[in-house]
Amino acid sequence: MIRIDSVTKRYPDGTVAVDNLSLEIPDRSITVFVGPSGCGKTTTLRMINRMIEPSEGRILLDGKDITQQPVNTLRRSMGYVIQNAGLFQHRTIVDNIATVPRLLGWGKEKARGRARELMERVGLDGALAKRYPYQLSGGQQQRVGVARALAADPPVLLMDEPFSAVDPVVRKGLQDELLRIQAELGKTIVFVTHDIDEAVKIGTMVAVMRTGGHLAQFAPPAELLSNPADDFVEDFLGADRGIRRLSFFSTADLDLLTGPIVAVDSTAEQIAERGTDEVPYLLVTDVEGKPLGWSEPGALTAGAVDPARLLPYGRPFVAGKESLRAALDGAVLSPTGWAVAVGADGRVTGVVSQQTIGEAIRTAHAAGRSDEKVAG
Amino acid sequence: MSGGLFDIPSDLQNTYWGLVGMHLRLALVPVVAGLLLALPISQLCVLMRWLYPPVLWITTILYAIPSLAFFVVLIDYTGQSELTVMIPLGIYSLVVFVPAIVDGVRSVPQETLDAATAMGLGPVRRYFQVQLPIAAPAIIAGLRVATVSSISLVSVGMLIGNQGGLGNLLNDGMIYHQPRLVWLSVIGTAVLAILADAFLVLVRVLVTPWMPRGNRKPRPVDEPEPEPRPEPAAAALEDAVR
Repeated sequence: MIRIDSVTKRYPDGTVAVDNLSLEIPDRSITVFVGPSGCGKTTTLRMINRMIEPSEGRILLDGKDITQQPVNTLRRSMGYVIQNAGLFQHRTIVDNIATVPRLLGWGKEKARGRARELMERVGLDGALAKRYPYQLSGGQQQRVGVARALAADPPVLLMDEPFSAVDPVVRKGLQDELLRIQAELGKTIVFVTHDIDEAVKIGTMVAVMRTGGHLAQFAPPAELLSNPADDFVEDFLGADRGIRRLSFFSTADLDLLTGPIVAVDSTAEQIAERGTDEVPYLLVTDVEGKPLGWSEPGALTAGAVDPARLLPYGRPFVAGKESLRAALDGAVLSPTGWAVAVGADGRVTGVVSQQTIGEAIRTAHAAGRSDEKVAG
Repeated sequence: MSGGLFDIPSDLQNTYWGLVGMHLRLALVPVVAGLLLALPISQLCVLMRWLYPPVLWITTILYAIPSLAFFVVLIDYTGQSELTVMIPLGIYSLVVFVPAIVDGVRSVPQETLDAATAMGLGPVRRYFQVQLPIAAPAIIAGLRVATVSSISLVSVGMLIGNQGGLGNLLNDGMIYHQPRLVWLSVIGTAVLAILADAFLVLVRVLVTPWMPRGNRKPRPVDEPEPEPRPEPAAAALEDAVR
């Protein structure tokens, strides 16, 4: 565990970058520092591996002051990922990744073997091993940066805005990859970003900092969204935090209807049988059970369903895996107001209305409130 | 003098190839010495930023001093020796190297340095394993300018008594009115300069496989080609008028 204990960083010109910060970074989880520029988040991160020394206070790693060990020993025990990757342009990918193992005295072959193993872990093609950084895309370089940080299997990973220089699509991929790797490796990750959505997505705990180096709130993302500590945090979270909070509510308990679903090759009797008063539409699926679109029961003719004339079904959500946010999104996207639930294989498992989703949200809120009462 | 193409007057007390060897020694020893001296000076300039402008200022003034003036001063101390020729050439090389190395080392991106520091490379490792290799293209560009201009400048050494390598031959050619000797000197010097430059280009290609090259896939991230140096040939021409 990393404990930041009353740490202040004051520069000679009087600027205070971090002001009396105290918090505990839990083991084997992702702690995100987020805030506007000049809030001291990067300074805080750099004090953990002593690239910046605090003016006051101390930082403890597993109970021991980090100044107790030689600075380079400390740094080699902490992986570091930086914006734009900061790769060594004069070294091949495999040698970039092998940097810290080599510094720790590993043999060349062993270090390279380890590097190749890590390339696979971060989703890089082994054929890139002998390439140089300039031959890789920004996203690939950033993966190399992550692999390099993980090379010596450090317990701690420091990440300074690692994904902010890549485009949104690549960024989302890298975030998902980080979560996957973290699920496998369970590192203690300290992550700095200015993007609150990124913080909410990947953080186990989120520390919101404000200009002047003050800690505004330190909480799990769901609590941040439901209970911002003050106006600054609320403002920083931005619009539609109610909607974003739905990301933390599961769809596992959602009541799915399986009645109003017909396959495209259904007979007239089956179509008549499936139509109910409860649901004014029927969901048509292909022969494998994947959704095609909605139709009014009367407009369906057995054996002559034209998929082009069906109403769009929005974006289906994976029941139990995706959140109520995805379910609501699906329901809002379809003109019918009904969301389609699918399994991991893409086959329809049921349909659910906006009303049912709304009830589920109210239930989840009520549960959230009672949780808070228990906790508080 | 039996009339062979490479036969040269006996007063030079040397063969043509002996003169070529002498020329290369007189030209290259100062370049190497200048490089070895420039490395620590440049590193000081990188570490202490305030030092760079005065150093640049002093070296530029030294560069402006004609070699003849150097000879006049030096001849009292080092006599009509090779050293008298080598010292000014070494100083000229130094002047080329210091800005080349300082700019090269400074061109290493801050995030690369930060990453190196964060991975636990101390200052010495950082210099030899990161800064110097990344500055290599700039250093070699400086080396090309210094080498070519040094090869062309050696000839003035003839003025202090046959210490000019192929320049001695030029002098003889003019004294004896033998155009063949003049051509042997001039073309010989030019060929040496071109070969030396070609060799250094080859060295750069070999030591920097990590640099984007024209015929390969361009770097996806936009980054300017780090080679805004003057063409060595042009610099050599400028120096030739000294």
